[in-house]
Amino acid sequence: MAMTEQRVSYTLDSSLETIDSAEARATRIATDLGFDEDEVLQISMAVREGAVNAVLHGNGYAPDKKVTLAFEHIGDNLVITICDQGKGMDLSKIPNPLAPENLLKTSGRGIFLMRSFMDVVEIRPSQTGTELKLIKHVHGATADGKEASQ
Amino acid sequence: MTMKVGSRQVDGVTIVDCSGRITLGEGSVILRDMVRDLLSKGNKKIVLNLAEVNYIDSSGIGELVSAFTTTKNQGGELKLLNLTKKVNDLLQITKLYTVFDVKDDETAAVKSFK
Repeated sequence: MAMTEQRVSYTLDSSLETIDSAEARATRIATDLGFDEDEVLQISMAVREGAVNAVLHGNGYAPDKKVTLAFEHIGDNLVITICDQGKGMDLSKIPNPLAPENLLKTSGRGIFLMRSFMDVVEIRPSQTGTELKLIKHVHGATADGKEASQ
Repeated sequence: MTMKVGSRQVDGVTIVDCSGRITLGEGSVILRDMVRDLLSKGNKKIVLNLAEVNYIDSSGIGELVSAFTTTKNQGGELKLLNLTKKVNDLLQITKLYTVFDVKDDETAAVKSFK
């Protein structure tokens, strides 16, 4: 699918299949936009981690709650938005997975990986759900702020 | 590609050959069950051969950590062998390369156990 200055969105169930599906869609769209192999992997992994957070931590696999996934090609950016219908999250309680005391924890690396792989990561939690925005600059375009925002 | 595992014994060390994806869901469960089964049977020198693992997510990373700590807590040792570039990069950025004993040669990995 070619995606030039356009937006595609999907409403998905809170299931493991949604996570695989989101990753597959990200891989296809990033490939079509001309990202190289490493970038495609980074984008698909970031989307997978975002989808895991939405399905598992946000919606808690609830069958009545949906995940919305949108891809937009805006200027030099691929903008991916993932929204859940959970209770939001307290970003201040997310520990640093690189701290020595956290290295052997078995979870808590998803947001860190997203921030490692994407140019911009924005997380907007609310009591009616969390909106995650992932941005990757197309074709080596650069931006001033690689650091994720809260 | 779903996760597949198989084990074999080399000089008292259990080599677990893994292939496919270690991700949330089936992949993580298969690895967890394999390591727990080995430990329950007294196999406490374990090498995870990840040569054919082409994808791993944060849940998969968590499963590797869990396998490492579970083995250690039972008096055993778990090492990693033959990381692909993708998995190697992930362990580097998560600093887990400093936690795991990572080998790139099976014979050396087997000999490295005390």
